[in-house]
Amino acid sequence: MRFDVVVVGAGPAGIAASVTSAREGRRVALVDDNLAAGGQIWRSGEALPRNAQKWIAALRSSEVLHLRGLQVFDHPAAGVILAERGEDCVALRYSKLILATGARELFLPFPGWTLPNVFGAGGLDAMARGGLPVAGKRVVVAGTGPLLLAVAAHLAARGAKIVAICEQAPLRRVVAFAGRMLKQPGKLLQGVGYGWGVRSKIHFSCWPVAAYGKTAIESVTLRKGKKQWTVFCDFLGCGFHLVPNTELAQLIGCQIDEGFVATDELQQTSVENVLCAGEPTGIGGVEMALIEGQIAGLAAVGAVEEARRLARRRRKMLGFVSALRKAYALDPELRRLAAENTIVCRCEDVAHGALREHRCWRDAKLQTRCGMGPCQGRVCGAATEFLFGWRADGVRPPVFPALVSSLAGANFVSGNSSEA
Amino acid sequence: MPEGKLVVSLTVNGQPVSATPETTVAAAVLIAGGYTRASVSGEPRAPLCGMGICFECRVWIDGRQHQRSCQILCAPGMDVRTP
Repeated sequence: MRFDVVVVGAGPAGIAASVTSAREGRRVALVDDNLAAGGQIWRSGEALPRNAQKWIAALRSSEVLHLRGLQVFDHPAAGVILAERGEDCVALRYSKLILATGARELFLPFPGWTLPNVFGAGGLDAMARGGLPVAGKRVVVAGTGPLLLAVAAHLAARGAKIVAICEQAPLRRVVAFAGRMLKQPGKLLQGVGYGWGVRSKIHFSCWPVAAYGKTAIESVTLRKGKKQWTVFCDFLGCGFHLVPNTELAQLIGCQIDEGFVATDELQQTSVENVLCAGEPTGIGGVEMALIEGQIAGLAAVGAVEEARRLARRRRKMLGFVSALRKAYALDPELRRLAAENTIVCRCEDVAHGALREHRCWRDAKLQTRCGMGPCQGRVCGAATEFLFGWRADGVRPPVFPALVSSLAGANFVSGNSSEA
Repeated sequence: MPEGKLVVSLTVNGQPVSATPETTVAAAVLIAGGYTRASVSGEPRAPLCGMGICFECRVWIDGRQHQRSCQILCAPGMDVRTP
């Protein structure tokens, strides 16, 4: 299948990009591994915010070909990406490619974090939206970032008993950040709306140090300074804000700066015909993702004047990105959470004690199999970057585990393998 | 489960489970009281990320292994297997 524009990722940035390009009359495909449009932040199963409804409706009424449940796993040559769903593999050919691959949570290992019913914070929210009953359950939400309050409020609305919300950042930094948001009343109202009902449960400079349970979590020990206490809980949602999904960009050869995909002001990456929008360029939230998506969607079809106009608006929002990063910067104490026998790589069960003697990611990978499992280091790679300062090495195809038949070029639903 | 919603019947390790059509297989496995996988050293594991990147939610569905259950919705008659 051949398109003027192929967009990877159907979160806010990808939706905005594909709808914008399609409005200019181009043939656009939006490919996404999820079953519904919206990405992680606009997950269905709940009434969505108005701007989400607006954009998703715009996508539905557009000419964009939305390919759901399809995992992009390779970029074998300039102008083509490969994706698979079940046993079907498809080659998508593009004139312009827009990467809107979003972000995932940062998970930090602590004793007991591998127990069932310990999730990410967004992870627990996603599970609840996916039908996991939380009514009457005792829930601790922990980690860092504005997401924690949103998750706690949402779970409370579904009947969960929020036992505690543990924000690792100190109160003064979060207050300073909130003060900054006063300049953007919309964002502040959003924050208040999220947090009002559950605000009395928040502890700052606080994090879980160990989870306990026989076959699933039963209790968690929390620490705030020198104070330490244990609470019973059924679910723990713990996530330390976000890390960008840059694997596909890296595979394509896009320049990465400080962990993020480098772009110019029109979202163009260092690779010709490849653009990037949303969290992979910097963790900036939904509004930033929407504007970057629109800029990319316009730039991809040559509507440069209009794209530049939006880029000027985007520039004014950059302060928010750095304020967010500073406010929720991780406390170095969190590096000491993992004990000698705490699993760091969950795919291969590699413990902290086996990793810390190694010099770098590559060394650890070869000696211990850390990062060699199916998640390909998406969980432990970000964790070891924080714990040991390691940077994951280059990305090789497939960027997601793919069927052998897909790798061999069989099962093409469009054309045949010689077309690839 | 809310009343009046369409119900999907599936089995998890042979045990019948009822769920709404919006329920993920991962949630159904936890509702059934199980876990999704045994780690390489034999620890029980359940979903972590809820978004298809951690691979802790891998189960067998209708005879196919390594299915990421947090990304798949329950369907009538589905046969889900975990260790």
